[in-house]
Amino acid sequence: MTSLPKRPPEKALGLVIDLDTCVGCQACVVNCKEWNTGGYPAPLSDLDPYGANPAGAWLNRVHAFEVEPEEGQPQVVHFPKSCLHCADAACVTVCPTGASYKRESDGIVLVDEDRCMGCGLCAWACPYGAREMDPVVGVMKKCTLCVDRIYNEAIPEEERQPACVRTCPASARHFGDLADPDSEVSRLVAERGGRDLMPELGYHPTNKYLPPRPRREGCQSAAPKALEPASPEGGFLGWLDRVLGG
Amino acid sequence: MPDGAAKDRAIALSVPPSDEVKTSTCYMCACRCGIRVHLKDGQLRYIEGNPDHPVNKGVLCAKGSAGIMNQLSPAKLQKPLKRVGERGSGDFVEIEWDEALQIATDRLAKIRAEDPRKLAFFTGRDQSQGLTGWWASQFGTPNHAAHGGFCSVNMAAAGLYTLGGAFWEFGEPDWEATKLFLLFGVAEDHDSNPIKMGLAKLKERGAKIVSFNPVRGGYSAIADEWIGITPGSDGLVILSLCRELLRAGKIDVDFLAAFSNAAHLVIEAPGTADDGLIARDSEGRPLVWDRQAEAARPFPLTHAIPAMKGRFTLDDGRVVVPAFELVARRLDEVAYTPEAVAERSGVPAATIRRLAAEIAEAAFDAPPVIDRPWTDAWGRQHAQIVGRPVSAHAMRGISAHSNGFHTCRAIHILQLLLGAVDRPGAWRYKPPFPRPAPPGQKPAGKPDQVRPNTPLPGPPLGFVTGPEDLLLDEKGQAQRIDKAYSWEAPLAAHGLMHLVITNAWKGDPYRIDTLFLYMANMAWNSSMNSGEVLEMLTDKDPESDHYKIPFIIYADAFASETVYYADLILPDTTYLERWDCISLLDRPICDAEGAADAIRQPVLTPDRDVRPFQTVLLDLGARLGLPGLVTETGEPRYPGGYADYMVNHERKPGVGPLAGFRGEDGQARGRGAVNANQLQAYIDNGCFWREEIPEEARHHRFANQAYLDWAAEMAFIDRPAPILLQLYGEVLQRFRLAAEGQGAIQPPDALRSRIETAFDPLPLWYPPFEDESNVEADYPLHGITQRPMAMYHSWHTQNAWLRQIHASNRLYVPKAVAESEDLQDDDWVWAESRHGRIKAQVRIQRALNAKTVWTWNAIGKRSGAWNLDQQAPEATRGFLLNHLIDELLPEKGGYRFANSDPVTGQAAWYDLRLKVTKMTDTEAETAAKPLEAALPSLPGLAPAPDRLTYSGGKKEGKA
Amino acid sequence: MHPAPSVIAFTALSGAGYGLLFLLSLGYLLQLPWSADAWAFGIGLAVALGFITVGLLASTRHLRRPERAWRAVTQWRSSWLSREGVFALATFPPAAGLLLTGPLLGMQGWLPLLCALLSVIGAAATVLATAMIYASLKPIRQWHHPKVPPLYLLLALASGAPLLSCLLAFEPEAAPLAFVAAGLLLVAWVMKQSYWRDIDRSAPLATLASATGLQRKGDVTLLEPPHTQDNYLTEEMGYRVARKHSGKLRLLALGFALAALVCLVFAGLSGGGWTQLFFSLPAALLALVAVGIERWLFFAEATHTVSLYYGKAA
Repeated sequence: MTSLPKRPPEKALGLVIDLDTCVGCQACVVNCKEWNTGGYPAPLSDLDPYGANPAGAWLNRVHAFEVEPEEGQPQVVHFPKSCLHCADAACVTVCPTGASYKRESDGIVLVDEDRCMGCGLCAWACPYGAREMDPVVGVMKKCTLCVDRIYNEAIPEEERQPACVRTCPASARHFGDLADPDSEVSRLVAERGGRDLMPELGYHPTNKYLPPRPRREGCQSAAPKALEPASPEGGFLGWLDRVLGG
Repeated sequence: MPDGAAKDRAIALSVPPSDEVKTSTCYMCACRCGIRVHLKDGQLRYIEGNPDHPVNKGVLCAKGSAGIMNQLSPAKLQKPLKRVGERGSGDFVEIEWDEALQIATDRLAKIRAEDPRKLAFFTGRDQSQGLTGWWASQFGTPNHAAHGGFCSVNMAAAGLYTLGGAFWEFGEPDWEATKLFLLFGVAEDHDSNPIKMGLAKLKERGAKIVSFNPVRGGYSAIADEWIGITPGSDGLVILSLCRELLRAGKIDVDFLAAFSNAAHLVIEAPGTADDGLIARDSEGRPLVWDRQAEAARPFPLTHAIPAMKGRFTLDDGRVVVPAFELVARRLDEVAYTPEAVAERSGVPAATIRRLAAEIAEAAFDAPPVIDRPWTDAWGRQHAQIVGRPVSAHAMRGISAHSNGFHTCRAIHILQLLLGAVDRPGAWRYKPPFPRPAPPGQKPAGKPDQVRPNTPLPGPPLGFVTGPEDLLLDEKGQAQRIDKAYSWEAPLAAHGLMHLVITNAWKGDPYRIDTLFLYMANMAWNSSMNSGEVLEMLTDKDPESDHYKIPFIIYADAFASETVYYADLILPDTTYLERWDCISLLDRPICDAEGAADAIRQPVLTPDRDVRPFQTVLLDLGARLGLPGLVTETGEPRYPGGYADYMVNHERKPGVGPLAGFRGEDGQARGRGAVNANQLQAYIDNGCFWREEIPEEARHHRFANQAYLDWAAEMAFIDRPAPILLQLYGEVLQRFRLAAEGQGAIQPPDALRSRIETAFDPLPLWYPPFEDESNVEADYPLHGITQRPMAMYHSWHTQNAWLRQIHASNRLYVPKAVAESEDLQDDDWVWAESRHGRIKAQVRIQRALNAKTVWTWNAIGKRSGAWNLDQQAPEATRGFLLNHLIDELLPEKGGYRFANSDPVTGQAAWYDLRLKVTKMTDTEAETAAKPLEAALPSLPGLAPAPDRLTYSGGKKEGKA
Repeated sequence: MHPAPSVIAFTALSGAGYGLLFLLSLGYLLQLPWSADAWAFGIGLAVALGFITVGLLASTRHLRRPERAWRAVTQWRSSWLSREGVFALATFPPAAGLLLTGPLLGMQGWLPLLCALLSVIGAAATVLATAMIYASLKPIRQWHHPKVPPLYLLLALASGAPLLSCLLAFEPEAAPLAFVAAGLLLVAWVMKQSYWRDIDRSAPLATLASATGLQRKGDVTLLEPPHTQDNYLTEEMGYRVARKHSGKLRLLALGFALAALVCLVFAGLSGGGWTQLFFSLPAALLALVAVGIERWLFFAEATHTVSLYYGKAA
């Protein structure tokens, strides 16, 4: 059924993305593609891969934005975006065939591709652009939160994490249960003021974004604004005599 | 967990990702991360970072993750090719390897028998320079180098000549303890995963990151403070910071006196051969001034700090001044006051003053202390290791200027003044560094060292310490085709690859016969002035009708632009199909706390008629009978190819390409007998080896006896002698003296004043050479390039995944320029330098220096190359800034100097000055791009597929 | 949103078909004059079913895996698209039943009446479900708008009614129908104009600042899209029509609608016969073209919040 689970899922597995450390290197983007093109949603096709208009299915993309504050330096923020596994996932409820569903056990939103007729309505229903039509296979693809990794008993336990999280060199991606207030990810969200994207739309996304920490452009702590000459009267190296004991 | 899943739809949650996992080392950039390659049904299923590997600890970047598409590329060369049409026509026939190797052998044997210099052998971002350099010296040609000359030789040379180490492979910031991290003009394709991991650690700890970069992006994006500096002026700002610190006494005098030549006495005797050199005693020991004894004493002075300023007269009557005072006097010059540097650099004076204060606070207030006694090389006991938690990292951005050497040196001097060298929280060496500043290896290739059928007595690249080390012929002209180690580029530690084609075409200093290139895209993005370089490659001597560069051999795995301009193509394998070693004899992958090296093992068998280049080189060497490559009886010494060489080659007794698992039992490391099972030992260990440095040997390594002993034992240094840090650049002064007329080896008159200026032993900044007097009016903007983090080699354009991220490039223009030129996003402009103009599509960026435009390098491609569609965006919208960059400077006094740093010869890519003007709509539609004509497909290359449904061993759809 | 021809054809044609079916069935149910002529009534039903069938077939062109379209009827509890499918399928039997029992067999009694009743409900419900597919999509403010469902219903009637006017041209008692059709068109277009005014004025649902959670940091703009080429999202949801262009198209649609309206008035005044047909036929075509343009604009002018991430307003 494409109705949402009646009770809130026992867990709310999701990602916490740290915009303070993401350098926009695209590691998560490509590693996701690599894992998933042979994983649960296999394949993630590419159309015209060597041609004039290459366009493939990707489950995660990194945008770059500029932020110009009223005061201070313009900033560049790299912004990775994949499915947010919303609590109120309209992509699920609009699905006419029952292909899209939200798991009751952990809240992961999945597509059962064998049931998907490729109408694209779920992509329209998603405000975040988290769903992409496979250009060759013609079914909807989306982030599975690496459901075939995180429970996979064939890989070592410490590696049962989404591919994007494991590969991120800047530790900008964290995975965990956001329904558990004591989980590492929930603590991060609490400490760093993690945010929902477009909360005004009411989708209640599970994934959270940690905003960039305030930049310390000016003085750090109590440092003086400039160094004083150590020995104004003694010339440029006047202070040396004192340091060296005359 | 799966219990909860019971009420969900049944899906296969525990599908084994692969049938087989093999470790190896990534080659998608130069980080050399450890990888685990998953294979399913014999196909690549997944490449992930190896969690045990010291470089990347399990993470993997976009490029590494796209290794599958590298392997699947339809641009892979299939078989050796022989040119049958004109150069550049793409008219080739496929030939067998035997024929290819015979052609090469015949040609090279003749050269070697006549004049080995007529072979110029240059490689790109290759990771086997330990082999290629040695091969060149066995062949007997001095004409060898890799791509360092157009990348970051300024950084390497400045660091090695100052501290005996530099950034990246030479050293790294202490990510765990630094409080203030200064990032200068970094190239984000270098050392990328370790730096990203390090930045995350700094963020976690709340250390402050300050980035000096005209462009805010990548690492600068997450910096606490971005200093949008104007290109070419970093040195000014750094020296101004040094000045402020010095004026306030916020420097580490004890450290300088103990471990550097700061207190060494410099002779003041203008007009004599000794002027500016350090006074030494009869045993050659440098002298310092003992303030108590009021006399000169040999360094080091163990009981007190010697004089750091003053003017003294030695017993022999010579007048001397401590080097430190000379450095201070230089920094006291008005030119380096914050106010004086503000305009050129775009950094306000108040910002410089504040940063100096922040640096001082971080460095000296409450530094971390490790309670671990250590003994220095002079036997002095130190109870603690006191930290100096300010560190820096810099790469090509500041390096690729004509003032790059001194700018890079300034960064090392800043660290040195703070005492922030190999201490907790500071920049720290990675083994095998520190090495003597500079390392002892001299370049081979003097006229008497280059003889027919004879190897060079040493490697072609090394470190000169005076004019006597230059490679000059009897007329004082360059002995090397790239003029490295000539008066035009005396400290050319990495060679000058960017001048090889120009010089070979001109026959300046002489004509060569064969240009042998390996994975260097010299016919496109790796050359300045790419358009004219192609004309040189195809230019013929009107009398003989032969090409001016008679023969070109090119080895590469992919159908790059350069393939079209070669006569013989030797197709290489991919990195997943061959043995390789990441050797301490080449560019190491150690970290501050451990020595390491690694191998690649073949995880796939080539499905086409290609051979690993390193194996081909060994084969070729054996066919040529090069001494190191054949046995006494003339048989190939390494019949098993590169893997054989990796195990059995010994550079010195007990020292081979791989330092780990040596000795017959595999227990030795560093030095040890050949171990026949060495490769298996590496494979069993995840294809790498790492040895922890003893705890007491991890700091102050230039003078830490425990380290020096360990390093000598490991064969990293010849003997356990301390390494003196060079605040004062005495080596530079030796060249300057020659320019002043001292000594027997004299520069040409045309070069005297340039050498006198550039070979300054003191910290220095001078304007980049493109900053001629009217440049501000004619070409008011600076033009620079960066490599995106998801692209490294120009190769990566044929990668179906990576090219979707960067299929074309824009010219980023600052808001101010957009306003003055009435530009909107996506408008087309002319970007014009003194050398030419190209069309480019703009994007407006706010976080950008107001006088700078920039773009991604090597995204623009020649139409038809790389087996891409001729209408690929790389060709139709992408562009190459190289077309605007002249490899030579405008004529001056009847001569055109190279567009290079005068000290090292590093290509000054980022000196580019230009202007942008909006195109009319008609122009935007009709204006041609340089070299718009498409290249044809190459023999053996199948048309690229129009769709990909790769699923790594799975059938399309579902398992 | 990408104005896909298949979806435009589907909603416009099936809308007209359901409008016609609704009017015919309602006429039968209420014994209005226009059900008197069995032949005209029968042809009308056939035409309506034809429009509906062609429209539904067109809609399957929008599916990448049409062989799985049968699954679309399963999720009627949550999905308006599924409901639309269910209603559409459920409307065929009573409509066919009405065709068979009413005009062909001339049956009287409860069965044709029941068929007519179900056809009325089915036609209305299907069009409403179609409208709700769009109206329920929160990320698209031009669709998630209270006037969208009534407009779909009105436009279905307004494009179906002129067709009926053609069919009943020779039914003198049905002559006022043309005025009804004209009235429907007028009401529909008045509402459409007010809808257009609404969407021109309504505030964006979200901003790039709220879409990125960076609202407290300053003014946010796109520096680099994730990939340099277009992708599914930008092609499907990033479609933009220039304001100038859409203004012209709105006028054009209005022009067609007004022309249809004028034709209908003349048809009404003609008092039946060839003259009525002469005016009704172009009116039906003009109305259909007007709805086609309106439908193209309905997609092309719709902006999706995902565009924010690509530097465009939503």
